[in-house]
Amino acid sequence: MTSSTIKTEKIPERPAGAVSNFSSTEKQNNGPGMNDRIRKLRKQSVETQESLSIERALITTRFYKENEGKYSVPMMRALNFMEICKQKTIYIGKEELIVGERGPAPKSVPTFPELTCHSVEDFYVLNSRDQQRYTISQEDIDTYEREVIPYWKGRTMRERIFSHVPQEWKAVYEAGVFTEFMEQRAPGHTALDGKIYRKGLLDFKKEIEAHIQRLDFLNDPEATEKLEELKAMAVSCDAAIIFAERHAGLAEKMAETETDPERKKELKQIAEVCRRVPARAPRNLWEAIQMYWFVHLGTITELNGWDAMNPGHFDQHLQPFYEKEMAEGTLTRDEAKELISCFWIKVNNHPAPPKVGITARESGTYNDFTNINIGGVKPDGSDGVSEVSYIMLEVAEELHVLQPGNSVHISAKTPDRFLNAACKVIRRGHGYPSVFNPDAYIQELLRQGKSIQDAREGGCSGCIEVGAFGKEAYLLTGYLNVPKILEITLNNGINPLTGKVAGIKTGDPHNFQNFEDLYNAFLKQLDFVIDQKIRVSNYIDQMFAKYAPAPFLSVVIDDCIQKGKDYYNGGPRYNTNYIQCTGLGTVTDSLSVLKKHVFEDKTFSLETLLNAISNNYEGEEKLRQRIINRTPFFGNDDEYADEIAVCVYNDLLAAIDGKPNVKGGQYHLNMLSTTCHVYFGKMLGATPNGRFSGKSISDGTSPSHGCDTHGPTNVIRSLGKLDQVKSGGTLLNLRFVPSLLKREKDVEKLGHLIRSYFTLGGHHIQFNVVDTATLLAAQACPEDYKDLMVRMAGYSDYFNDMNADLQQEIIDRTENENF
Amino acid sequence: MIPLIFDIRRYSINDGPGIRITLFMKGCPLRCKWCHNPESQSPEVQKLYTASKCIGAQECIEVCPEDALTLTPKGIVTDYELCTLCGKCAEACPSKAIEMSGKLYSVEELLAIIEKERVHIDQSGGGVTFSGGEPLMHPEFLIEMLKACGEKGLHRAVDTSGFASTETLLEVAKHADLFLFDLKLMNPVQHKKWTGVDNRLILKNLKLLAEKEANINIRIPLIKNVNTSEEEIREMAGFVSAFPGKKPVVNLLPYHNIASGKYKKLEVPYDEGEMGEPTEKEIQKAVEIFHSFGLETEVGG
Repeated sequence: MTSSTIKTEKIPERPAGAVSNFSSTEKQNNGPGMNDRIRKLRKQSVETQESLSIERALITTRFYKENEGKYSVPMMRALNFMEICKQKTIYIGKEELIVGERGPAPKSVPTFPELTCHSVEDFYVLNSRDQQRYTISQEDIDTYEREVIPYWKGRTMRERIFSHVPQEWKAVYEAGVFTEFMEQRAPGHTALDGKIYRKGLLDFKKEIEAHIQRLDFLNDPEATEKLEELKAMAVSCDAAIIFAERHAGLAEKMAETETDPERKKELKQIAEVCRRVPARAPRNLWEAIQMYWFVHLGTITELNGWDAMNPGHFDQHLQPFYEKEMAEGTLTRDEAKELISCFWIKVNNHPAPPKVGITARESGTYNDFTNINIGGVKPDGSDGVSEVSYIMLEVAEELHVLQPGNSVHISAKTPDRFLNAACKVIRRGHGYPSVFNPDAYIQELLRQGKSIQDAREGGCSGCIEVGAFGKEAYLLTGYLNVPKILEITLNNGINPLTGKVAGIKTGDPHNFQNFEDLYNAFLKQLDFVIDQKIRVSNYIDQMFAKYAPAPFLSVVIDDCIQKGKDYYNGGPRYNTNYIQCTGLGTVTDSLSVLKKHVFEDKTFSLETLLNAISNNYEGEEKLRQRIINRTPFFGNDDEYADEIAVCVYNDLLAAIDGKPNVKGGQYHLNMLSTTCHVYFGKMLGATPNGRFSGKSISDGTSPSHGCDTHGPTNVIRSLGKLDQVKSGGTLLNLRFVPSLLKREKDVEKLGHLIRSYFTLGGHHIQFNVVDTATLLAAQACPEDYKDLMVRMAGYSDYFNDMNADLQQEIIDRTENENF
Repeated sequence: MIPLIFDIRRYSINDGPGIRITLFMKGCPLRCKWCHNPESQSPEVQKLYTASKCIGAQECIEVCPEDALTLTPKGIVTDYELCTLCGKCAEACPSKAIEMSGKLYSVEELLAIIEKERVHIDQSGGGVTFSGGEPLMHPEFLIEMLKACGEKGLHRAVDTSGFASTETLLEVAKHADLFLFDLKLMNPVQHKKWTGVDNRLILKNLKLLAEKEANINIRIPLIKNVNTSEEEIREMAGFVSAFPGKKPVVNLLPYHNIASGKYKKLEVPYDEGEMGEPTEKEIQKAVEIFHSFGLETEVGG
């Protein structure tokens, strides 16, 4: 009867402005974690403008100028790291408890000229652009132009690699079929396990020493190389310890002149902590957090691989310290929460290093992709949720900062209470936490050959990609524009946007007799692209192994010490390369149109369709409407469309999964897009599914925007048909309007929706809880919505920091209010 | 007679416990002035036209065997003297500007659709809700569906106005796990004015159902100037609280005029008249009154 007499009610928007974010308009029982100290530190972190620091570049350039050729490559890297740790400006802020910055001050980002060197023009762009701005002084630009740029010309990793890639690769790359992952940082995906809470760097040094002793110079042809790598690891341990000691020294000095007795005590405590860690294993919660933070800083100072650095299952790592101290009475819950909040703010102080050249278009964000895993299972398979997990959820909710990203891990063993607590944070509409299914990703990791223990200690880092924490290099090698491959197939190897060759000749589409002919041509094109991609990825891997090792990172990733090999050189226990495929929804829907209308029902001819596409559907609205309204599309639990999706997914797997990489590991499939689906959309003409030229393609494994018209239960069942455990991660974005999450029981039902997706084998799901009116208002009046954060495709970002295309896309996504 | 279904809603979270699938049957003996699903009233197939979706393709005009359609500056106009509701125009329309409301499904087809939701239903303790229109207008079909769902272990809710023969209602009650029972007004004259029917049968049925210890959620659409006065709320609360046995939960559903667009699609005028959205204060006041009668009350389904 009156089935829709539910009044839609907006969750009250938090007023804009930094401080007000703490005081929700709703009554909360969050406790006093958000105290005065955290308030101030957060305000500073949120309000400080991102800037560039040339200090690291100057130290590195000077060191390389002086020492090039004197040492082995790993030793050069370690000694350069040592120079930075000795010389860089160190910082201890007012009120801080957890200390250490990569730059000279919060939000100040160094550059990595040895990887890719910013030009003067790049700096001008970064300094003046509206979004994701990084300020830099003219004086610094001049210094950089004089001291840094000339030395690195032709020597950067980027130049050395891209001067050697084959023409076919370049043609495919330039057409926007795939990206590379070398824009401003090293390859990566690094998350840690629990060993740094049990051992200090001095303990690691002893292990390194022991392995040096064991080297067999008579029989092992690699012994000398291993020696250099191990020596480099030992040097980098010393460097990190020196870095910490300098902070201890500074804190002691500050304590001497400090007049406030409370702060004086804190500074002395900071000094004690920094004398203890990372040299020796932490003894309490404060030391444990500071331990991780120094390791984090070391990694992102050394090279800043992709997704920075991740603590992995941070709640599980901190839990023993928390419980011990609570039992001993040396810590209160509030103090624990304060320390964790301090850590959160530290991560937020570290925006990603900015990109160079035009590649900023591919993925622009301040987010450096540290993702805290909360909940999940322990290595022994038991439930990993503890009081620390709840504290972290509270901190994430109350602080409401861009970084770190956070995710909850919901296994069949996870208590409903925790899921419900997480759903309540999701309801706030900050775009986090994202939700992962350990029962699925443990299977994924087992399938890739990990031991059960290592698989359980794994999880996600960055966005949605999984790995065995502390034991694996799982490198993203770049995104793949799957719909573009179909476009090139429909043009017999030509990129229709430029008329240039961008693939191989797979036959004139007009000669295809049936859908199978077309699909087989698509598969041939796909294989060609994957071969190109892998060929160059292998080359990049070898270049990094040879010229840009990461000895510090190698210390904390098993089994680099045992093998005497670098993180980039097959040192880790597991070595995976992921290729991230984007646009499953767009390509499925396009194939569905071709199959149904062109080949089966003969609603219109291929020629009619291809003409319409090449004219961007101009004058063809009737045809386009028929397509979008009369075709089975992915995401509706429709067998016709879902079969195609499953088929494409399986063929992507067949093309990628299990191919060998150069480090003894394999390539695997990943269904991630981050923001690349927007860039890929720009590089793609109109598609058979009625999508206009230039509009973004579907993200991750989500349905095409607006094509999931049967509600979230159907989306979930469509996604459930993909054999997700064969991938290294899929991504599902669902947008919810606040009115669907108004009452307590609505929140419980969201939990049920998540659990039912995971029952079907789902890997990941995330929710954007916003209403269109809010988004439109935010577009019209950005300054009033500075704190509006939305979850894009694997991470959260400020709505105002997104370009107009991304904003539009968020608005376009299906609203699940009525279905 | 097999009823037409005009909507199937998944992730239905306001029509009973858990995540549900709700089937909306066409046909209703009431004519509530605030009705949010005007297409639910007639048991026949109806045509819905959304002018904003119309791109002027005119394919509907071409296929209409009765020449009942013309393109005007306001969009496609149907001459209902000629139209036989054959639905060819809707089939031909590329943009779904014309849609037919009301589709025939067999029991088996509906069960298959429901079964697809199984994972969500099992996980959440959800089920199936039969709504309308007035599902009790189709007792045979409804009972067949209820029985079949019962055999499959599905929780069954029936969303009803209560305006049906007592016999039918009690028969349905044997196969339903929950009633979502609408209560609109206590005064029979007012009830007739606003809904087109007298409420004595409804109140009698509701009381009887309660006496039989059926599980009941009372659903009250709260509409300003219709039933938000304190006297009216008190009378409703007094009536419900006097039921023997377990007290039903009361859901207050505040009115809003989102349905006006639907009337336009049906090409039927919508006169909001003096009806209005209740204020937050009025809603809270109503909640307090129900609470004071010892009734568990929540706003929303």
